[in-house]
Amino acid sequence: MRFIFKTGYDQDIRLAKHGGHVFWYTALGVVLLAAPWLLSEYLLAQLTFILIYGIVGLGLMVLAGFTGLFSIGHAAFFGVGAYTQAVLTNMGWPFPVAMAVAGALSAVVGIVVGLPALRVKGIYLGIATLAFGFIVEEGFARWEKVTGGNAGLTVGTPRAFGWAADTGPEFYFVCLATTVLATLACANLLRSTTGRAFVAIRDSEISAQSMGIHLAYYKTLSFAISAALAGVGGALYGHQLRFLSPDQFNIIQSIDLLLMVVIGGLGSLHGAFLGAIFLIGLPQAISAVKDWLPPAIGQAPGLKAVVYGLVLIAFVLFEPLGLYGRWLKVRAWFQLFPFYRKGMFRRQKSFQKSERLK
Amino acid sequence: MQFLQLVISGIAQGCIYGLIALGFVLIYKATETVSFAQGELMMLGAFAGLAVMTLMGLPFWVGVVSAIAAMAVFGVLLERVAIRPILGQPAFSIVMLTIGIGYVARGAITMLPAIGTETHTLPVPYKDVLWRAGGLVVNAEQVVVIGATALLCALLFATFRYSKVGIAMQAASQNQLAAYYMGIPVRRLNSMVWGLAAAVAAIAGLLLAPITFVHANMGFIGLKAFPAAVVGGFGSLPGAIVGGLIIGVVESLAGFYLPEGFKDIAAYIVVLVMLVVLPNGLFGEKLRKKV
Repeated sequence: MRFIFKTGYDQDIRLAKHGGHVFWYTALGVVLLAAPWLLSEYLLAQLTFILIYGIVGLGLMVLAGFTGLFSIGHAAFFGVGAYTQAVLTNMGWPFPVAMAVAGALSAVVGIVVGLPALRVKGIYLGIATLAFGFIVEEGFARWEKVTGGNAGLTVGTPRAFGWAADTGPEFYFVCLATTVLATLACANLLRSTTGRAFVAIRDSEISAQSMGIHLAYYKTLSFAISAALAGVGGALYGHQLRFLSPDQFNIIQSIDLLLMVVIGGLGSLHGAFLGAIFLIGLPQAISAVKDWLPPAIGQAPGLKAVVYGLVLIAFVLFEPLGLYGRWLKVRAWFQLFPFYRKGMFRRQKSFQKSERLK
Repeated sequence: MQFLQLVISGIAQGCIYGLIALGFVLIYKATETVSFAQGELMMLGAFAGLAVMTLMGLPFWVGVVSAIAAMAVFGVLLERVAIRPILGQPAFSIVMLTIGIGYVARGAITMLPAIGTETHTLPVPYKDVLWRAGGLVVNAEQVVVIGATALLCALLFATFRYSKVGIAMQAASQNQLAAYYMGIPVRRLNSMVWGLAAAVAAIAGLLLAPITFVHANMGFIGLKAFPAAVVGGFGSLPGAIVGGLIIGVVESLAGFYLPEGFKDIAAYIVVLVMLVVLPNGLFGEKLRKKV
């Protein structure tokens, strides 16, 4: 086990806490850079999807995991980004400019949603975002002149200043670069004043307010950042799929995104990526074992939904900290080897805490 | 006349939203959690009715009663197995849990061979009966929906007002800890509330079935009941029904007078306006919060 003797405040907020972090993240970076030569075309495409969902997951993690605001309509921001990017790219805009505009537009939409969210809390906010998600989805379907309606919209290749990412590996590197930037931005955001204000709001709004945190400003900011990341993710998603239709941004997608951050582990940036790996990997795993099951189960159309539901239930019941929480436990077990106690991560159980009269 | 016709069909549809919203509100008041599986419970109720009536061949009334009873038992079991272990955790965990339950219910029904993927009709004795009165055409299904909802509301009102269990539920919904100290078995009451909510959902399913057919995705209508609950005020039982009626009528009128596409989102526009204007809903209670 490694003990870090902290002698200064800087050590508290340092991105890489010790040499081990530097080593493992470098190793991960090398593997990711080498991925196009290691993986088949299909697996590389899946990895690209993981990176894209990871970016969206980062955004939702900032909102849900760190600020404590839940959005059941996040696919709307995702969709705004995707459609903006598609329309601008088809008009011939260079790729990075279009992506910046897509992110910015999603952020503006996020602020518009965030404003009414200032007045409502908890489940009311969930329903407000749900309602917004439905309205935006219907908007994509009806605004046929721009979005192509239910017939869909084809997305061009990302190109910028005489260069085009028209092969899988090239686009993979574009996604990888964006992901790294987004991750660094989030990690840095969360160790700044803003990030700590978010966490304070999550833990107790009233305490945060009494310490001088401007609730309205930070909540709106959180929505804006989250929506911008979802928009950037959406922009890449459109390019990867090359085709957009409104039903890709429906309530199911919103719930999938939420499921991703919950299973990954709320309140950790790693969780966003673990959740993305899970979200992309689970359907693959299901189709891999499908043929081994008896046909009555394996070929049934509802199999995926049942497995999703059971996994979600199991995580909420047995591992509320998500995949990242599980990893922390495994690591703690190895680090403390003979001394690990079972209840180390158990939270204090309270008898039916009331949110109404707290 | 056209207007009245639309209002009547809106009210019938609104009763269904109201009944589902009633389930949300019952559960919310008792356990302060929101069940996203309410629509799926309704779907299961409709399938339970279908199973007892067409597969087992029971007569209509026996079938209705047994389907509702079966769903009530299912609701109690659900609370015991899944919800109770995580009480006390943040409300959001329970939301995710109920979303998971909804997924499983929908998937499990779809997995039933030759039943799950089809649409079915529930054989009801009042099918295809029309009444004409002064230019209005009213079909029996709508009248039954409205009548049954009114009856159910009266029954629930009487239960909460006069029976011991109902008064205990009210006490627990106002302050769980105080109710617990007064000797009210709060945990058992929570199970009963889930049972009650599942039974109400089953009634909604059985009423909706003759209008829209029975199929695995009919639970998605539960998502329209959220606006109903919010418009009425999330913690108010009469509010749920009134909210449902408002949503139903608005939707029905929007479908006729506004351009295509507004019908599906009318409910959500109403709820967004409501949240901006009156965040506590029409009958919502305002509570102060201390740190």
